[in-house]
Amino acid sequence: MILKRIVATLFVTLWSIFVLLPLLWALVTSFKPPEAVSLGATYIPFVEFQPVLTGWSNIFGGGGATTNLVPPLINSVIITFGAAAISLVLGTITSYGLSRFVYKAGFIKNQDIIFFFISQRIMPPIVLSFPFFLMLRTLGLLDSRTGLILVSIAGLMPIVVWLMVDFFNGIPKELDEMAMLEGYNPVQVFARVILPLAAPGLTVAGMFAVIFGWNDFFYPLILTFGQVVTLPVAILSLNATITPFWTLSAAAIFAILPLIIFAFAIERFLSKGSLSGAVR
Amino acid sequence: MLEIKNLFASSQGESYLEDVSFTAEAGKIYVLMGRTGAGKTSFMRAIGGLLPLDSGSIHFGDEEITSTPVWKRDAAIVYQQFINYPNKTVRQNVEFPLRKLGLKGSELNDRVDLYISKVGLTEFAKRRPSQLSGGQQQRVALARSLARQSRILMLDEPLMNLDFKLREQLREEFLDLFSGESQTVTFYATTEITEAMMLGYEVLVMHEGKILQSGTPDEVFERPKNTLVAGIINDPPITLLDVTVVDGVASLRSGSKISLPDHLSTLPAGDYMFGIRANDLEPSSSSDATQECTISFVELSGSETVLYLNSASGDMVAQIEGIHDFAVGSTLHLRIRPERLLAFNSSGDLLTAPRVGAK
Repeated sequence: MILKRIVATLFVTLWSIFVLLPLLWALVTSFKPPEAVSLGATYIPFVEFQPVLTGWSNIFGGGGATTNLVPPLINSVIITFGAAAISLVLGTITSYGLSRFVYKAGFIKNQDIIFFFISQRIMPPIVLSFPFFLMLRTLGLLDSRTGLILVSIAGLMPIVVWLMVDFFNGIPKELDEMAMLEGYNPVQVFARVILPLAAPGLTVAGMFAVIFGWNDFFYPLILTFGQVVTLPVAILSLNATITPFWTLSAAAIFAILPLIIFAFAIERFLSKGSLSGAVR
Repeated sequence: MLEIKNLFASSQGESYLEDVSFTAEAGKIYVLMGRTGAGKTSFMRAIGGLLPLDSGSIHFGDEEITSTPVWKRDAAIVYQQFINYPNKTVRQNVEFPLRKLGLKGSELNDRVDLYISKVGLTEFAKRRPSQLSGGQQQRVALARSLARQSRILMLDEPLMNLDFKLREQLREEFLDLFSGESQTVTFYATTEITEAMMLGYEVLVMHEGKILQSGTPDEVFERPKNTLVAGIINDPPITLLDVTVVDGVASLRSGSKISLPDHLSTLPAGDYMFGIRANDLEPSSSSDATQECTISFVELSGSETVLYLNSASGDMVAQIEGIHDFAVGSTLHLRIRPERLLAFNSSGDLLTAPRVGAK
C-alpha cells in the first residue's frame, strides 16, 4: 500500500518535471538579456544573469518591434470562448436529446447521428478547408471573427456531444421520469434536474472545447488574411531567424497563460456534484 | 375512481399490456401480483403516462386522462430501485415536488416535516441520499411520493432491493402510511403473496400483460381461477397432479388412490388436475401414505424446510414446519390432505376448491 503510493508519487513527480521543464526553460529564457542566451547556457536568474524585460516588451510592440500580441489575444479570446460557449449550449441540448429520445430517419438512428458528430473530428481539417473557404466567401465572412467562430463551432461541438452523450447516459432515465411525474415538464426537467447534475460533465466538455479552440491553427491560417489574426497565427509570423529567442519564449508563455488561468478558474467545479445516490 | 378500459400497449412486436381493464376506488390499496415480466411495471407506467398506449382509455372520475401528459397526471411512482435526486438533501427531495404544487412558507414546511417524520427520517433531513442506507433511501422516495398526496400512488416492488428484516419492518409501516390517504388510489406491485395478503384490499394477478384474476386476497388465494394463477400466488410452488376419477376415487399416475373428500364428491368421472399446496403435504408412515417420493432438493428457509420431490405421479413440493435433515436421494412417504385439494379440469380451470377456512 505504502509502496504503491511511493511509486505513484514518484511517477507523478517525474512526469511533472518532464512536462514543466521546457515551460520553465521558456519562462527563464523570456527574461534573459541577449548575452545570457548567446554566451553559453545559463539557467538561474539573478545568479547567472540579470533578468530584463526586453523579450516581454518586444511582444507588446516595445523596443521598436513590429509585433503586438494584444490584438491577437483579444481575437483568440473572443473566437475561442465565443465558439466554446455556443458549442457547449448547442452540444449539451443535442446530447440530452440523443441520450433520452429515439430518433429514426430511415436507416439513420441515434448512434449514427452521434457518429456523424464525432466524424467531424476524425476528418483531417484540410478536407473541410476548401468547402469552408467557399462558404465563408459566399457569406462574406472571410477574415472575420464571426466566420472563425462558425467554423470553430463545427470543430468544438463534436467534442461536447461526444463527452456529454456519455455523461447523460450515466444519469438514470428514471430520474427524468420521476421529475415529470412530479409535475415538471420536459424542459423544466432538463433545466432544473438534469443540468445541475451534469455540472462536472459540462466543466470537462467546456475545458476541452476551450483547449481545442485555443490551439486551433489551421482554419485561422487559411480563412484570414490579416484583418483578424489569432494568437497561434501571430506567433507563427514571429519568424525565428529574425525574432530573438527571448521574444519567442515570452510569446509562447503569453499564449498559454490564458489557458492556465482558465483551467485554474474552473477546476473547482470538476469535483462538484456527484451521481451517487440517484439509484441504488 | 380510476377507470381503465381495454388497454393495449406494445413495442416492436412485443406486447406489454393486452386488453387490461380495471376499476379502482380511492382510499384502497390494489396489489398487482405476478412474476417478473408479467406487466406490473407496464401497468403502472401506462397509468402514469410513461408507456405509450396502442389503444384503450384511462379515466379519473369524470376526467379522461388517457392522453394527458405525464406532468399533468398527478400520479406518483416509487420505483424498485431507490430513486432520489442525488444533489438534494432529504428535505429538498421532499420539497421539490411540493414546490411545483405551489406550496410555500409554513404550509410547505409543515407538510415536509410531517412526511419526513412519518417515514422516520427527521434526524437525517439534512443528509444527501448517498449518505443514507438503502432502506433509508427508499424511505426518502416514499416520503417524496406520499407528501404530494397525489390522486394516484404506485409502488413498483418497493421492497425488492431491501434485506429481509427491513422488508418486514417497512411492510408493516406501509399499512399505517397508506391508510391515511383516503383520496388516493394506491397500486402496489409485488411478487410475494405475504405482501399481497397483508396490504391488499384487492389483488390483481397478472401474467404476460393480462389480468388473469382479481379479487380479495383470500378469494384469490383460496380460489385461484386456474392453474396459472395458482402457480403465481403460491410460494413454495403448488403441486399439480394428473388424476383420473372413477366412482368417487381419484387415481394418481403412480396408481395411488385418494378417496374424494366432501367438497370433491360431486366430481363426475373423468381426467382432472389436482392442486395441493406445499404445506398440505405431510410426511407419514408408508402404510398411511398417498405417494412415495424421492427427494431431489432440500431448501431451508428460516423456520421451514421445503422439499422438492420426484414421484411416479409427477414432481411435488412439500413444506414442513421446522428444520429437518433430509438426505437428497432418499425416499419419503407423503400424505396428501384430501380436504385441501383443489380440482382443475384438464385445461387448467378451477372446478372446486375447499371451503374457505377448511383445515
